[in-house]
Order: sequence, then C-alpha cells, then structure tokens
Amino acid sequence: MNTMTLEQRKKIHPHKYSLWIAMGSITMMFIGFTSAYVVKRSQANWLAFELPHIFWLSTAVILLSSLTIHLALKQFKERNMRNYKRLITITAILGVAFAVCQWIGFVQLKNVGLPLNGPVSASFIYVIVGVHMLHVLGGVVALLVMFARAYRTRVRTYSAVPIEVAATYWHFVDVLWIYLLIFLSIAR
Amino acid sequence: MSNEATLHSQQEVMHGAHDHHDHEHHHEDNFISKYVFSMDHKMIAKQFLITGIVWAIIGAFFSVLFRLQLGFPDATFPWLESILGHWAKGGRISAEAYYALVTMHGTILVFFVLTAGLSGTFSNLLIPLQVGARDMASPFMNCLSYWFFFLASLVMMASLFVQTGPASGGWTMYPPLSALGDASIGSKIGVDLWLTSMALFVVSQLLGGLNYISTILNMRTKGMSMTKMPLTIWSFFFTAVLGVLSFPVLLSGFILLLMDRHAGTSFYLSDIFIAGKALANEGGSAILYQHLFWFLGHPEVYIIILPAMGMVSEVLAVNSRKPIFGYLAMVGSLFAICILAFLVWAHHMFVTGLNPFLGAFFVLLTLLIAVPSAIKVFNWITTIWKGNIHFTPASLFSIGFVSTFISGGLTGIWLGNSSIDIHLHDTYFVIAHFHIVMGVSAFFGMFAGIYHWFPKMYGRFMNNTLGYIHFWVTLVGAYLIFWPMHYEGMAGMPRRYFDYTNWASFNQFGPLNYFISIVVIIVFATQLLFVFNFFYSIFKGRKMTTMNPWKATSLEWTTPIHAGHGNWPGEIPEVHRWAYDYSKDGRDFIPQTEPIGPNEATH
Repeated sequence: MNTMTLEQRKKIHPHKYSLWIAMGSITMMFIGFTSAYVVKRSQANWLAFELPHIFWLSTAVILLSSLTIHLALKQFKERNMRNYKRLITITAILGVAFAVCQWIGFVQLKNVGLPLNGPVSASFIYVIVGVHMLHVLGGVVALLVMFARAYRTRVRTYSAVPIEVAATYWHFVDVLWIYLLIFLSIAR
Repeated sequence: MSNEATLHSQQEVMHGAHDHHDHEHHHEDNFISKYVFSMDHKMIAKQFLITGIVWAIIGAFFSVLFRLQLGFPDATFPWLESILGHWAKGGRISAEAYYALVTMHGTILVFFVLTAGLSGTFSNLLIPLQVGARDMASPFMNCLSYWFFFLASLVMMASLFVQTGPASGGWTMYPPLSALGDASIGSKIGVDLWLTSMALFVVSQLLGGLNYISTILNMRTKGMSMTKMPLTIWSFFFTAVLGVLSFPVLLSGFILLLMDRHAGTSFYLSDIFIAGKALANEGGSAILYQHLFWFLGHPEVYIIILPAMGMVSEVLAVNSRKPIFGYLAMVGSLFAICILAFLVWAHHMFVTGLNPFLGAFFVLLTLLIAVPSAIKVFNWITTIWKGNIHFTPASLFSIGFVSTFISGGLTGIWLGNSSIDIHLHDTYFVIAHFHIVMGVSAFFGMFAGIYHWFPKMYGRFMNNTLGYIHFWVTLVGAYLIFWPMHYEGMAGMPRRYFDYTNWASFNQFGPLNYFISIVVIIVFATQLLFVFNFFYSIFKGRKMTTMNPWKATSLEWTTPIHAGHGNWPGEIPEVHRWAYDYSKDGRDFIPQTEPIGPNEATH
C-alpha cells in the first residue's frame, strides 16, 4: 500500500505535463518556420548576409535570465520570499531587455538595407525572431502574474508548481533561441 | 490509502487555489459559472456540441445554396435575393457568391464542425468520465479552449457580413489568390478575418489538445492501465497528438501568409501580374504554402476521422454485446495511422510539379494507410459478426460508418496513385471520395456518439423513431448524392466551377446534377429533423431511470444520472478489467469496476 502511495506521488504534475506537450507544440511551429527557410534557401535568388551583432548580446541576456529564474526557484523553495521576488523581477526585466535587443537588431537590419519587405532571407529573420520574441514576452507576462501572486497578503501559496512551470518554460525559450541562433548562423 | 492519494492530487488540480478536500463540489453555482464560463468538462462538451450544431446548420445550408446553382443553373429563386442581397441579383447566385459559399462550406465543416464540434465535444465529455478523473488536467485551460473557439466563431461569422464578402479562394486558402487583396473580391478583408479566426481556432485546439493528452496520461484512476482504456480514449489521445503536432505548423504558414498580405514580404509571391501591372514581389514560392498547409491538412483528416472511429468501436461492441475484436490491433492501427498521417501530405500535391521520383514514395506511404484502415474495418465487422445486435440509432449509424468508410476508402486507393491522380485530381471524383470517407463517415460517427451518449449528457433519451428516419434518409441520401459524382469525376468534370452549361463535354450531367441537388435538399431537411429531435429531447425526451441504460461496462455509466462537477459523489471507482467484458462466462456484461473473480481468466 505504501509503495502505491509513493508511486502516485511520483507522477508528474498534470500542469507540468501539459507544459511539456505545449513545448513540443511550439517546437513544431518553429520546425515549420525553419523547414520553410531550408526549402526557400535551396531555391534561386537566396541572399546571404550576416546577422546583427546585437543578437549575441541578447543571447547573453537570455542566458543570464535563465540563471536568475533558476535561483528564484531555489529561493522560493527555501521560502526566502524577498529574494524570490527580487529575482523574478530581475528575470522579467532581463526578458524585456532581450526583446529590446532583438528590436534593435531589427532596426540594424533595416539600416543596412534589409527591411522586412526586402529579400526573403531577411523577411524570414524578422518573422522567426519576432515570433520567438513574442514567446519570450509571453513568459514575461507569466512572471508578472507570479509577481502579483507573491505580493498577495490574503492568500499564501506554498505550491512550487507554478514557478516550476514558469522556470521550465523560460529555459525552453532560452534553448529555443540558442537553437535558432545556431540555425540562422549556419544556414545562411 | 492509495486511493486517497489519487483523489487528493486530482482534487487539488480541480480546485486550483481552493484548498479543501471534500468530494462534493462546493462552488456556489450561479448562471454564469454554471452555463457560460463553466469549468466542468461536461458543460464545456455541451457548449462545443451546440456551437458545432449551429455551425453545421449554416455550413450545410451553404451547400444547399450552391447546389441550387449547380442543379438549376437557369432557374431564378427570388427568395435568394432577399437573403443574399446583391450577391444574388435577380434570384441567381453570382459567381463571387458561389465561390464564397463553397469556401465557407469547407472551412466551417472541416474545422468548426468536424474538428471542434466532434473531438471538442466527445473528448471533453468522455475523457474524464471514461478514465475516471474528476475533471481535465486543467479545467481553466479547457474553459479557455472553448472561448477561443467561440471567438474564432464570432470572427468567422463576422466575415460573412462584410461588404466584400468572406474569403472565397477555397478552404485551403492558397496564395497568390489569398495573398493579394487585389486578386479578387473575396481576397480582401474576408481573408484577413479568415486568418484571424483560424489563428484563434488553432489556439483553441492546442489548449484543448494539451489537456486531453495530459489527462489521459496522468489522471487515470487506480487500476486503469493504458490497455484497459476504452478505444474511444485511445482515439481521442491520437487525435490530440496529431492536433498538437500539426496545428502549429499551419499557424506558421498562416503567419507567413499574413506577412505577405500586409508587410510586403514575398514568402509565397513571385513574378505576379495583376491587371497587366507587375508586382514588386520577387523570390517567393506558392508551393511552400502548400507544403506547410498540407502538413497540417493531411493529419487534419485523421483528426476528423479518428474520434469517429473510436466511438464507433465502442458503440458497436456495446450494441452487439460482444468484446471488441482485436483490441490491441485496433490500438496499433490507430498508432500506425497517426504516424503515417505525417508522411503523406504531398499526395495532395502530385500535380504541382512535384518530382515524380519523390512522388513514388508518397504513393507508397499513402497506400500503406490502407493496411491499418483495413484492419480496423475487419475488426468492426468481426465485432458485430454473430453478435446479439441491438439496432439502436447509435448502432445503425456505427454500421453506416463502416459502410461509408469502406466505400470512400476504396476510392482513396485510386487517388493515392500519382498516375491516376493526374486524371482525377480536382475533379468531382475527389469531392465524392473525401465527402464519403471523411465528411459522411465522420458525421455518422458523430451521430452515433450523440445518440449513444445523449442520456449521459442530458439525463434523457432522444426519440428513436425520428432517429431511424434520420439514419435511413441520411444513409441513402449520402450515397445518392456522392455516388454519381464518381462518374462525373471520371468523365473529367472539374470541381469549383460555377456553371457547366456552356461546356459541351459536361452537358450530359445536367439532369444528374439536378437529381443530386434535389437529394441534397431532402437530406438537409432530415438533418433539421435531427436538430429538432436533439433540442426537443433535451427538455421533453424520455427520462433516464437507470444509471446504465445500454448495459455498458465503461466508467461513465457508474456516475449518477445528473452528475455534478467532480463526476462521482464518493470516491472514484477502481478499475479491475478492460472495458469489453461482454457475454463473458455466461454474463451479459461485467462492469470495469468489478474485481476479477478467483476462477476467472483475464482477457
């Protein structure tokens, strides 16, 4: 009987499970984009160019934010709520900073004569990076919800599931960005 | 002890922030939380079903309108002008209106009725009830899923009323027709609304699909191993997997299309002239869209048919009082179909200039689907073979499903061959094929499900006599409508044309088209009879007096007649056996909750 109870507890929480499936689904969407990119690239008139350098800075920013959300989760589990709040705030700010970097990247692209309605290879960068940026901003919104929850005085939550879900998602968009950066750098 | 743990973990999921462990539901149910923004999977199922029924009436009515044009090309119907206004000047549908009608008919039936209305309804209703869960993994996401669908419905509905009309480039929305507002009157704001609506629809499907998968994998009651699940659950599971993996790719395709429309990009556009003027777009490929579209588009047909297959399996076993034949073969073939679904999309594109060598592989993979399909058909027939068949409307529709699935599936073998497809593509043969195998069959599965689980939904029965009339007219009507179209298609009659009268080769089909249109009107009227039966029975149908009217083994019939949110008033029952112990050891049926006897062999 006891082993049975343990077995039930070991089961992954349904919300976390849903998140994993959602990540699979988002991955499929980017597979859609990148395979469209590969198909287009093999056709005539493909213009190759270098990615804006600021994308490397944004990579550093998102890697750092992965670290801060990881620490936030740790602090939450240790019930250091002050540090926890501070860390998720920093993570959210880093998320916005990432989006700003990407936006600057778009402006730089445009300034070197590669606007959105320019060559297809540039259009792809705007769309793929833009859609990824929206996913990061979605994560920022989730963090804001966490933040509001942490400041609630009437109801206190002790379940780590929401922050775990948010952290996993955050690492996911991070890894997704690394993949996209490598993909876009190699397949030019 | 162990049961308690399961209960509590599920209770926590169900109530989210609330922190109490009572088994009864303690929400204060007001009208809004009970009927509108409900988080009860049973109510959400009803919402999906009724929205689907409304869409089905609209979509089918559109088909009646364009069949009037095809069947009576020279006649005028003054009443058409009073409902369609300038789209039917003088009582004759204009060409633009015709294209809008066929486009909307396809979109509505494929996505809003047979995807949301079918898997949305029955996945929601049956997954928690049949696996033994109090609700979905995330009831809130489930509620969101419905309301995203509702929003998508509103946007699509709005597009019917804009000045330039709804999207009219065909339900597949191929560029460049759909990418350039100047290309046709139906390419203007109608397409923007179409794309917006479909994006919302994809979100709805993803939210729903995530929930279905994690509920099935995570929230089964004690003893409900995967192989003890009814086949309905397996089919909903594979349907959700297909949806979750293929809808996002469609969304990427739509995003690129939207960029082409509004941001001046050239993903799909190259070397285009409109009214003699060359466009600046350079370097795009319209075929790219077709790849992205059909990568969803083909799994989509299985998203439509798999839930029907699952429900038919269940209904046939219950109504022939026999275990399903070849349970594991059924699961295996669902799995095989699910895998193959992703590998055959290019058979929609044999004539787009696809490399014939590559085409050969797609032919092979396409024809391979015949194997799992044939296994399923064989198993359905052997399930009812020598059974003690109860001919309820539900079981008749299930048998009808097997019939249409065979006759429609066989023509799929023709179309799957790239060489024959050169002659048959874009003819009425294709129309006949997919309407029988996907449209009619999925509807039959859906009707079987509605008649069978109506008592579970509303605590009352639907009227049987009306059900029998509904079945026979629909079965005979469906064959009379679509069978002749095979001949038209073999003669080369192309689809999507507004008027064939001035086309000498197809003049001979005038009377046949007239005949088809008459049958369409009769069948449509019969569906209205079903709708009447449905709504009348909700309020006035014969009341259910026992919990298990069909004497079925599965868990949903162990819940009270009007189950509250949480489904079981006490503990969730434990499961000891598979769902198909019918006519075993001299007993008519043995519920899944009954422990295996000391001298009893498991299946």
